[in-house]
Amino acid sequence: MKSTSAATAPRSPGLAKVSSGIPGLDDITDGGLPKGRSTLVCGGAGSGKTLFAIEFLVHGARRFDEPGVLMAFDETANDLIQNVASLGFGLPDLIRRKKFLIDFVRVEAAEILETGEYDLEGLFVRLGHAIDSIGAKRVALDSLETLFAGLSNTAILRSELRRLFRWMKDRGVTSVITAERGEGTLTRHGLEEYISDCVVLLDHRVHNQVATRRLRIVKYRGSHHGADEFPFLIGDHGLVVLPITSLGLTHVAGTERVSSGVPRLDQMLGGKGYFRGSSILVSGTAGTGKTSFSAHLVDAACRRGERSLIFLFEESPSQLIRNMQSIGVDLSRWVEMDRLRIYAARPTLHGLETHLATMHQVTAEFQPHVVAVDPVTNLAAAGTLQEAKSLLIRLIDHFKERQITAFFTSLTHGEQHEESTDIGISSLMDTWLLIRELETNGERNRVLYLLKSRGMSHSNQVREFRLTDNGIDLIDVYVGPGVVLTGTARLAQEARDRAEELDRRQAFLKRKHDLDQRRQALQSQLGALQLEHRSIEEELQTTLAQESAWFDTQRANRIDLARVRQADPARMPMNGNESPAGRARPTRGSGKSKKGAGQ
Amino acid sequence: MTVRKAVSTRTASTPRRAPVTPAPKNRVILRLYVAGTTPNSTRAILAARKLCQEHLDGLYRLEVIDIYQRPRLARDEQIVAVPTLVKRLPPPLRRLVGDLSVSERVLIGLDLRDTTKN
Repeated sequence: MKSTSAATAPRSPGLAKVSSGIPGLDDITDGGLPKGRSTLVCGGAGSGKTLFAIEFLVHGARRFDEPGVLMAFDETANDLIQNVASLGFGLPDLIRRKKFLIDFVRVEAAEILETGEYDLEGLFVRLGHAIDSIGAKRVALDSLETLFAGLSNTAILRSELRRLFRWMKDRGVTSVITAERGEGTLTRHGLEEYISDCVVLLDHRVHNQVATRRLRIVKYRGSHHGADEFPFLIGDHGLVVLPITSLGLTHVAGTERVSSGVPRLDQMLGGKGYFRGSSILVSGTAGTGKTSFSAHLVDAACRRGERSLIFLFEESPSQLIRNMQSIGVDLSRWVEMDRLRIYAARPTLHGLETHLATMHQVTAEFQPHVVAVDPVTNLAAAGTLQEAKSLLIRLIDHFKERQITAFFTSLTHGEQHEESTDIGISSLMDTWLLIRELETNGERNRVLYLLKSRGMSHSNQVREFRLTDNGIDLIDVYVGPGVVLTGTARLAQEARDRAEELDRRQAFLKRKHDLDQRRQALQSQLGALQLEHRSIEEELQTTLAQESAWFDTQRANRIDLARVRQADPARMPMNGNESPAGRARPTRGSGKSKKGAGQ
Repeated sequence: MTVRKAVSTRTASTPRRAPVTPAPKNRVILRLYVAGTTPNSTRAILAARKLCQEHLDGLYRLEVIDIYQRPRLARDEQIVAVPTLVKRLPPPLRRLVGDLSVSERVLIGLDLRDTTKN
């Protein structure tokens, strides 16, 4: 975070700053509180002013070897030590090592009677003595305004406070002064008039019975600072400010892929699954199996040896584990191996910002690779939709920046499960799966669409999916002309298709058989005809031969006859050489010549 | 808590009109905290002494303490504003803040009104 802010906003030169010790605040203030100056921290009762002051001092004492003095006007040293004991500041140890000093300043109105002119030199002396005794560099006054309750001469108080701030500046200590918030003013007694270098406003707001803490830098002279209201949290280790909106869109987009845990879904996602560090949204109505998809992703990550984190806003961890066991996903073993942590909370437990802060903190502690939030839509119950959306934007940014693959489930309501989510976060998502229930023929079936998946080729096909004992099973839906069928309708249609195909095949076979037969019949007919043809041919040959023989005989007879009658040799038929050709000539020709010869 | 410095500035009890008011059972112990020799300090010291002499008549002990000299004592005694006159005894504990110029209030603060009337 630090590097991000340093990269985006170079520290303003000239104004030295000291780290406030409050995670996130240094990012907003571009380095911390003004060194050697006073910072006014104002807020209502219970807004965390005292904790702010103590953390500022403890941080300095522990990490920068800058001892700190706390002038406590409201609580005794013992009370303070006990109050912050659970936060692990180790105050008694710091006090023993002379790194921390608490001076409880008791101003009891009942004991005090004003009898004339006075000044606050007593306070100066005590503070000066405290600073000198441990070499303090940091001072906190919590809260100065108690003086106004004990002493009535505000004219004196004001001039003395003005003197005090100047005096502290002269001494070069960096100070935090807390003050109660006033009606219409930052502080009840107008301290902001004197402390004008840096003013921090803490707010504890209740909206819809849910309290949210917010912090705002009202002014910071000579320095760039975030002007928004930033949510903050009083967590196990003190204040945490979440300067999330100060982040730019600078996260690195990797190309590594992670399996969704459902092989068929990986296939739909270009064959490799989701991008690591991307955000995935699955939306659908109640009971469509959104949680099952998240469990698969988590399970796949744990199998790879990665750490996963599930935020539940609907179920208890054991309920989730039991439910996922019923579809063959055993999450309990990952919990035992501490690869999986499940954080469950009612959305209405605290405000959105607190949820966000808690999620940040849990994420920071566990350093998961995969985070599932189930369901994000329930967070809207802890605030307004607008707030929920802004929370999610920051949450998504947060995960992206850390290359955490984030899986969000979104519950859509009623029949209008259109391609939008209730809290309008779909545009922030890289991959969006939409689960729809199709109700036909008295049954509901789930189908999965891949609405978008940035940066990868992905399937445009609708898949039917079933929750089996072995997890999610994706099946091709029946896509016929103009219809998409699922469930038993798909099965019925498939059966119909099969029957139809069988019919067709049988009809085809029958026709083929018929044709074959006809062909064979023709074949045999053809044989008979050929036989006939051959016999006719043979007959013809025989006839020709007979004819030829007859002709030869005739001619021989004529020659014999002529010889007998002593006829002219010229009248004799042509010599024997020509006789074969003459024999081949049409019989009629021979007949004519025979007739002619006869005449 | 020992008060060394106070010895020098202490106004010793003066047994001038000794047997006026009830027996010395209600001895008044006062401490005046001042910061150096500012006009406020001087006025307060003078006023305190005058007051003691006029109203307490020997039954008191007044210590004047300079918080510059004894800052720890200022802390231990919860001094914020100076001058502060602390009435340690008799109870209740009272802190009279200021230069004691408004003597009416001083007398109220020290429960001395009845004493004056007597």
